[in-house]
Amino acid sequence: MLKKFDKKDEESGGGSNPFQQLEKSAVLQEARVFNETPINPRKCVHILTKILYLINQGEHLGSTEATEAFFAMTKLFQSNDPILRRMCYLTIKEMSTISDDVIIVTSSLTKDMTGKDDSYRGPAVRALCKITDNTMLQAIERYMKQAIIDKVSSVSSSGLISALHLLKTSFDVVKRWVNEAQEAASSENIMVQYHALGLLYHIRKNDRLAVNKMVSKFTRQGLKSPFAYCMMIRIASRLLEEEGRKPRKLYKCTLVQMQEFKLSVTDRNAVSVFTLRSSDCLWLIPSCPPLAQNIESQGEGALSNRKVHDLVSSPHHQVAMKHPSAVTACNLDLENLVTDSNRSIATLAITTLLKTGSEGSIDRLMKQISSFMSEISDEFKVVVVQAISALCQKYPRKHTTMMNFLFSMLREEGGFEYKRVIVDSIIHIIEENPESRETGLSHLCEFIEDCEFTVLATRILHLLGREGPKTQTPSKYIRFIYNRVILENEEVRAAAVSALAKFGAQNEEMLPSISVLLKRCMMDDDNEVRDRATFYLNVLEQKQKVLSATFILNGLTVSISGLERVLHQYTLEPSEKPFDLKSVPLATTPLTEQRLDVTPAAVAKQPEKLAATRQDIFQEQLAAIPEFKDLGPLYKSSSDPIALTETETEYVVRCTKHTFASHMVFQFDCTNTLNDQVLEKVTVQMEPAEGYEVLSYIPARSLLYNQPAASYTLVAVPEEDPTAVACTFSCTMKFKVKDCDPNTGETEEEGYEDEYVLEDLEVTVADHIQKVLKPNFGAAWDEVGDEFEKEETFTLSSVNTLEEAVTNIVNFLGMQPCERSDRVPENKNAHTLYLAGVFRGGYDLLVRARLALTDGVTMQVTARSTAEIPVDIIMASVG
Amino acid sequence: CQFLYILCLLQEPSLYTVKAVFILDNDGNRLLAKYYDETYPSIKEQRNFEKNVFNKTYKTDSEIAFLEGMTIIYKSSIDLYFYVVGSSQENELMLMAVVTCLFDALMQLLRKNVEKRSLLENLDGAFLVLDEIVDGGVILESDPQQVLQKVNRVDENPFSEHSVTQVLQSAKEQIKWSILK
Repeated sequence: MLKKFDKKDEESGGGSNPFQQLEKSAVLQEARVFNETPINPRKCVHILTKILYLINQGEHLGSTEATEAFFAMTKLFQSNDPILRRMCYLTIKEMSTISDDVIIVTSSLTKDMTGKDDSYRGPAVRALCKITDNTMLQAIERYMKQAIIDKVSSVSSSGLISALHLLKTSFDVVKRWVNEAQEAASSENIMVQYHALGLLYHIRKNDRLAVNKMVSKFTRQGLKSPFAYCMMIRIASRLLEEEGRKPRKLYKCTLVQMQEFKLSVTDRNAVSVFTLRSSDCLWLIPSCPPLAQNIESQGEGALSNRKVHDLVSSPHHQVAMKHPSAVTACNLDLENLVTDSNRSIATLAITTLLKTGSEGSIDRLMKQISSFMSEISDEFKVVVVQAISALCQKYPRKHTTMMNFLFSMLREEGGFEYKRVIVDSIIHIIEENPESRETGLSHLCEFIEDCEFTVLATRILHLLGREGPKTQTPSKYIRFIYNRVILENEEVRAAAVSALAKFGAQNEEMLPSISVLLKRCMMDDDNEVRDRATFYLNVLEQKQKVLSATFILNGLTVSISGLERVLHQYTLEPSEKPFDLKSVPLATTPLTEQRLDVTPAAVAKQPEKLAATRQDIFQEQLAAIPEFKDLGPLYKSSSDPIALTETETEYVVRCTKHTFASHMVFQFDCTNTLNDQVLEKVTVQMEPAEGYEVLSYIPARSLLYNQPAASYTLVAVPEEDPTAVACTFSCTMKFKVKDCDPNTGETEEEGYEDEYVLEDLEVTVADHIQKVLKPNFGAAWDEVGDEFEKEETFTLSSVNTLEEAVTNIVNFLGMQPCERSDRVPENKNAHTLYLAGVFRGGYDLLVRARLALTDGVTMQVTARSTAEIPVDIIMASVG
Repeated sequence: CQFLYILCLLQEPSLYTVKAVFILDNDGNRLLAKYYDETYPSIKEQRNFEKNVFNKTYKTDSEIAFLEGMTIIYKSSIDLYFYVVGSSQENELMLMAVVTCLFDALMQLLRKNVEKRSLLENLDGAFLVLDEIVDGGVILESDPQQVLQKVNRVDENPFSEHSVTQVLQSAKEQIKWSILK
């Protein structure tokens, strides 16, 4: 048969695929051969291969045709050809999900797994477990136990792995096989040992004591398999992780011991391939410094081995990012790698060096990078740029060198991702180092003169609008911006118009010329550009600072998705009342002031997106509860749930605070960690210390084992004394307990009332204020006006530095620091902190805190708001 | 706090090491592929992933690639590309062991002709070899000799006792079939 294919191949030019032309129906037709007697093993193997090939290529087999072929295949068990039989097992496994009644082969497989031929037994065990369900498992349990402790390693391994797969569906049955697995763990065969260890861990992983015992036992016994070692290290580090910050001495010793053992194994035979991946034992570094040295020496050994060359440098790279000091020791080796012919290794080496290197070596490294920058792919360039950006944060004084380097990179060819990272880094440098602003902005202006990426152009224009007017000669940027209006597509044009308006709003001398330019923009082809130009021009012509501040300098602070939702609702129910912008939830995270983290940009950005939607989720959940319908829009939800219990107690409760216009809702996420109990009607009773009044409790109807449910408590904010917003609540969880059988899940009818005391819950000023970023604080300050202004001076005797004072104030008030005023310049004795927020109910609230370092810190607080109450509250709470 | 952060990055200990194994030809077409978890549930996503992996790796001579949050270890021979995929946290050396074992076992099975045509002619053997190396994402065996022994395909060396019986056996079979035909 193969001959025939060969001929066809030669005709069609050779090298083609003999399976290419396969038709599903034709192959299934061929499967009828299975019914012939005697069986022709070669032919049948070939047909089975074709069927497997089709499934492998993603061909969809219908249930009926699969079942038909499957039944025909069962006949093949009559043949004793080993290859054919093995192919049958494979087919059974592949078809177990698509064919009906696969269980009919159970008896054949059971026969094979208990039979004499060892080469059938292992595969038969695996095939059998693939088609077994929970009920049938009881019937073959005896055989499975025997298989696990079988002398033949392949049978034992197969038994262990199949047991592992079965854990997902039949945990309760498989956990009875622990003793057998235990026996297999002391097997001479390394793979059996590995599999047994893995199975034992998977069964016991929720029982820390048992895992603990297991670790110490195997540490004493020692393990033979490098795979098993790897597993063991991971288990041990997992234990450590669960212990939290107080790693027990025992584990440390255990692991140090294992590490030493491991090293001796490495020396004896050249299994250096299996040396631990450095990051696997990374946690050891902070707790156990001498080990870092060990890991390094291991690393070096492996480095000399060309074969695992790349493999080692990548973990090194990861280690460097997570714990730079650990790698410093082997920097010399890495320097040699920089000249490696494989550019990916060179890049990884150099970025690692950048992350760990000292300030002095930067110039040299930069030179080396630029020598091969053009030879590497975009992806690696991105890595390099990220490393440089991180370096800028570490050594701000070096920013000129790096800025120049970044600009030369920006001029080179590259894709969007590459350019975006560079622009991000430059913007970041500009924001961090005011003295680099002028050069940075002019370079960026140059870049947008010839920039094919709309997103980048608009971003840079936005930045120009924000930073440009503050420079010494703002007029020089106008030309670049206006060029965009002439040359670019509509999105960029619109952004350019906004940037122009910002210049006009902040600089009176330039206003006439800006007006002329904006008038020209009013002739634009595009609606958006025209609208913006008209709007801005009219606002500017009023020459009122307040107006410009509201509409040009400080944009909308509401959440966009929230605005969309509220507007949609408004159009559904038309009313006489004009639309109120205050009913829109505020953006939870200020989007403009993103901080570039040391971690790669992609990672840092994700959580922010999530945070923006988190409040929407809460809003929806709460709106679904009838009791909360009349509370109005959700104003703020506290960022992280507060734990009211230890994490290891019977019941775990965490609280999220939701603030509404004149109410607060406390959401208690409760988890029941006892599998022999079901809790019903769970409420959390709250006793306020003062002012607040508890209105109602919404119970969680029932709390099953390990299934979290939420209970709510509704509280009214005190009205008589509006300044008393901070309060402590004592909380008690009340519920009805019903015992239940952990195995069957059956609950007893009778239950009893019980309660559980939780930790106290604090409500602070910060819960009433939403952070809002005012890009231009001065304008906002004027806009709010001094109608409700109060000023007082305080002495903070307990704080000794300005930084500490700033952090304390920001955390205490829960407001957004503006103009980067949360960063205190070095060696200064005075600092001014600007904070912005919106008070519950939609009142803008601004705070200016002048700090001076004397014995302690003296603080002069000025607060402004659009109403009196917020100002009073701030003053009352600070004092 | 940094300490805790590092710990978060550690992987849950598990025997499930391999997410996928596939062999592509020099046009990036799939010859053999097994996916062991739901990372790429549909055939479309799988093909797409294979395409991305192939485009990223076929020109380079290294052995490792990071793509779509996966660690990919690969090896090529004439017109074949062998790939083993694990999570980004996975121990590369373990994945390396899998790809080496697969390659060495096929090397013997195909009598050193590790190329597309030879692989397709012995596809049944390749299926069986892979089945013995990885089972449902767990590394079952990493020694190529053991693997070949398990699929009854030990290199037929006329001087070894074992294979003499095998040769006899197969000769017997041959004769039997020719009579029966």
